[in-house]
Amino acid sequence: MNTADTLALLPFLLIAATSVFVMLAIAMWRQHWLSLGMTLVGMAAAFGSLWLVAPLAPRRVTSLLILDQYAVFYIGLIIAATFAISILCYGYLQRHSETREELYVLLLVATLGSMVLVASSHFVSFFLGLEILSVALYTLSAYLHARSRSLEAGIKYLILAGSSSAFLLFGMSLLYAQLGTMDLFRLATLLPDAQNSLMVLGGLAFIVTGIGFKLGVVPFHLWTPDVYEGAPAPVTAFLATVSKGAIFALLLRYFYSSGAQRLRPVFLLFAIIAIASMLIGNLLALLQNNIKRILAYSSIAHMGYLLVAFEAGGATASEAIAFYLVAYFITTVGAFGVVTVLSAGERDADTLEDYAGLFWRRPMLASIFTLMLLSLAGIPVTAGFFAKFSVVAAGASAGIWGLILILVISSVIGLFYYLRVVVTMFARIREEAPRAEPHAMGGSYVLVALTILLLWLGVYPVFFLNVIRMVAPM
Amino acid sequence: MILLWLIVILLVGGLLAWAGGRWSASTSRWISLIAVSADFVIGLMIWVRSAGRLGLLQRQIWLRELDWSWIPQFGIHFHLALDGLSLLLLMLTFLLGIMSVLASWSEIQEAVGFFHFNLLWVLAGIVGVFLAMDLFLFYFAWELMLVPMYFLIAIWGHERRRYAAVKFFLFTQLSGLLMLIAILALYFAHHTATGIFTFEYADLLGTPLSPHAALWIMLGFFVAFAVKLPMFPLHTWLPDAHTEAPTAGSVVLAGLLLKTGAYGMLRFVMPLFPAAAEAFAPIAMVLAAIGILYGAILAFAQTDLKRLVAYTSVSHLGFVLLGIFAWNKLALQGALITIICHGVSTGALFILVGALQERLHTRELSRMSGLWETVPRLSGVGLFLALASMGLPGLGDFIGEFMILLGVYQKSRILTAVAAVGILASTFYALKFVHYAFHGPNQHHWAVPDLGAREAIVFIPLIAILLWLGLYPQPLFNTFKPAMETLQRYAGQTMHALRRQR
Repeated sequence: MNTADTLALLPFLLIAATSVFVMLAIAMWRQHWLSLGMTLVGMAAAFGSLWLVAPLAPRRVTSLLILDQYAVFYIGLIIAATFAISILCYGYLQRHSETREELYVLLLVATLGSMVLVASSHFVSFFLGLEILSVALYTLSAYLHARSRSLEAGIKYLILAGSSSAFLLFGMSLLYAQLGTMDLFRLATLLPDAQNSLMVLGGLAFIVTGIGFKLGVVPFHLWTPDVYEGAPAPVTAFLATVSKGAIFALLLRYFYSSGAQRLRPVFLLFAIIAIASMLIGNLLALLQNNIKRILAYSSIAHMGYLLVAFEAGGATASEAIAFYLVAYFITTVGAFGVVTVLSAGERDADTLEDYAGLFWRRPMLASIFTLMLLSLAGIPVTAGFFAKFSVVAAGASAGIWGLILILVISSVIGLFYYLRVVVTMFARIREEAPRAEPHAMGGSYVLVALTILLLWLGVYPVFFLNVIRMVAPM
Repeated sequence: MILLWLIVILLVGGLLAWAGGRWSASTSRWISLIAVSADFVIGLMIWVRSAGRLGLLQRQIWLRELDWSWIPQFGIHFHLALDGLSLLLLMLTFLLGIMSVLASWSEIQEAVGFFHFNLLWVLAGIVGVFLAMDLFLFYFAWELMLVPMYFLIAIWGHERRRYAAVKFFLFTQLSGLLMLIAILALYFAHHTATGIFTFEYADLLGTPLSPHAALWIMLGFFVAFAVKLPMFPLHTWLPDAHTEAPTAGSVVLAGLLLKTGAYGMLRFVMPLFPAAAEAFAPIAMVLAAIGILYGAILAFAQTDLKRLVAYTSVSHLGFVLLGIFAWNKLALQGALITIICHGVSTGALFILVGALQERLHTRELSRMSGLWETVPRLSGVGLFLALASMGLPGLGDFIGEFMILLGVYQKSRILTAVAAVGILASTFYALKFVHYAFHGPNQHHWAVPDLGAREAIVFIPLIAILLWLGLYPQPLFNTFKPAMETLQRYAGQTMHALRRQR
């Protein structure tokens, strides 16, 4: 470890230090605004430090981590998303909970875990990052322990993450047994000769299973709706974006760098998962009446769309995925942000009924939510449109027409339930009594900022595409 | 630059109208009226100025053009261009836009600001569709016009508005996405052949494609346009959407949105894939002929006045499709006249039905009868429009349909005969409408106010235009001719390139 290595690790160190400082501050002087403030400052500093790291890239720090443009980009995305989510948490916790401050410590730890994942180049750091993230997430899901739903979500996630880790470890050990290395780049050189070995394919299958659980793709999706529904709304936002995004970035790096994605069985496996996720996610979402569950199934479908781009392979695909993830982060944080802002009292505002006639009571909030839903559906002017366009373009350039056709059909099915929510918001209803809906506090700034980003990326994504073009997994 | 203004005025006008709605309802009505009228005046100026130059346009294709780089990473341009075809359709757009604002003046009372926002943004999307010369931009505008239209139906519509709105959206989205796949397939095919990534219309013309690939890509475009047009059997969204939409929504749907389908066929399907389109023409023409008869017969069977008018659109647009796929001079000119006249006459019919519904609170033919007694002027307008719709000589629709029949005769005598029967069938529904609604004794003892001044302002110009096009359509032909020749030349060039490749 020399100075340059330390400098390259600066974002990690800053986030880790912030979590310790926030914890100490809580022990000494329990103040909600102070915890939030420290968290935000820490994250802003870590985000700023990326500009110091970027010139060093690509740099391998020990054999565990690699800080290349790809890692820097996704670390930035993770920190920015967590920043927005923290602000959303503030207003939410003010209304919902007695113990507020500890949430930020957990959030910072989870962020650290995600950052390790996107920079990982070794099975050890892969597993370490995953566990740091998961342990924090169990607690976060069960944070409002007075609610039985929240506890249930925490325990479900615990069991799921435990079993998926087991799969993952087993898969890694099989690969290690056959190839004798856990280093990603050594793997990449060894894999082509061993691609017909049953041990290797079995190991890959187990790893895919473990990752599939975390991404919540079909058939490993059963936990998703329950955890989404039970976890506090801002935590769900984190789970849906940062956690899944980090794992997807890792998946991309491991399978592209090692060339595993080009193996015929792996390609087929992912194609089946993608098709099942797109169709089942969208079809099951049709049956839901709970907004959080609708968004959960929609996220299953979106992971399926991402896998279509993943299957396309090559630089076009990794650019499309990067753009899609950015759009998906903005949209999902925005959508759950609206849910967060509307949630008052004992439960989250998650039934369709809560949104009936919202446009006529809170036009601003309803318009933002409408834009977010349209973006999820991929309608122009929103980031989601261009994201879907680039995914379809990536698929078309690779000539995987079957997957694209299913993407198109399933996204039309998806329109049904997005429109259903939209129609509900615009329904004219007679109100007997004014509803108790809280003020947004800081949340409204976040939502407005996200909306501006959403439109910017939807209408003039040139700047962003230039940033993304520099980013490719090594 | 002026082309950009046409769109920006509508977009900004929409935002202002929304904001003005908080102030008072009439503020947003006036803002929208001014915005659309401003566009109309600009369009008129372009038309008048270019009238002298039209004949000289052999080399220079566009009357006005604007080409900016938009997303260079994908080779996407913000490319707007105007030729005679686009100009005529723009004039129709602005005309019907003004009429829609006026027709909603007293009908829309809730959320007036948001209504006008949506109305103006639909119009902006339509203008974008008619001007876009970059396929990505075209698709962007194509999708953009759906969302506000969806809101117009879903919020201000009639009883089954949610169902109709969702159905409309799903049909057009699915077909739109198929077009997106087709656009991308063409884009990558062009890249494979030339090494250049571009969505530019002029560059994509003559892209070498295998006949097999060309057919599939052509079908992607064709389905999207055929749903909009609507072609039998893809029309089932139309009666619902037209019936449930508020008056302005129906006018925009029938008068303009359907025309984007016809425009797409003319501008993209035929010039980009002439060989595939020629191979496919018999099927398309047979479906068009079926649509003509089917629409007319179903119109006759309706008792809901709006549904009746909606089905007549299926019939009339069948003529347009027939004319386009006949692809000769007479048929194309006829198709254009029909596009314009159908926009005007059906738009006016929907406004008339809206006016009746506002007074009677029903659209059921059986609940009317003998209205001539109480609303003679409105009934007179109704009679006139019904005659126009059934193709009475001297009115615009006749010219269009007659020329289409002449053109199609050169291709297929059987289809001409079938389509001619369609004109006959149109007499039945038109006369049924007049007979049941206006004639006979006033059984239900209606006593309602007759045509007001605002409504007269709406109907008189529309009637005048129908007369003008029926008696002296030459200015339209003059404007359209260079554009039509360009389209035919493009198709010929593409065809030639394909032959040489083989």
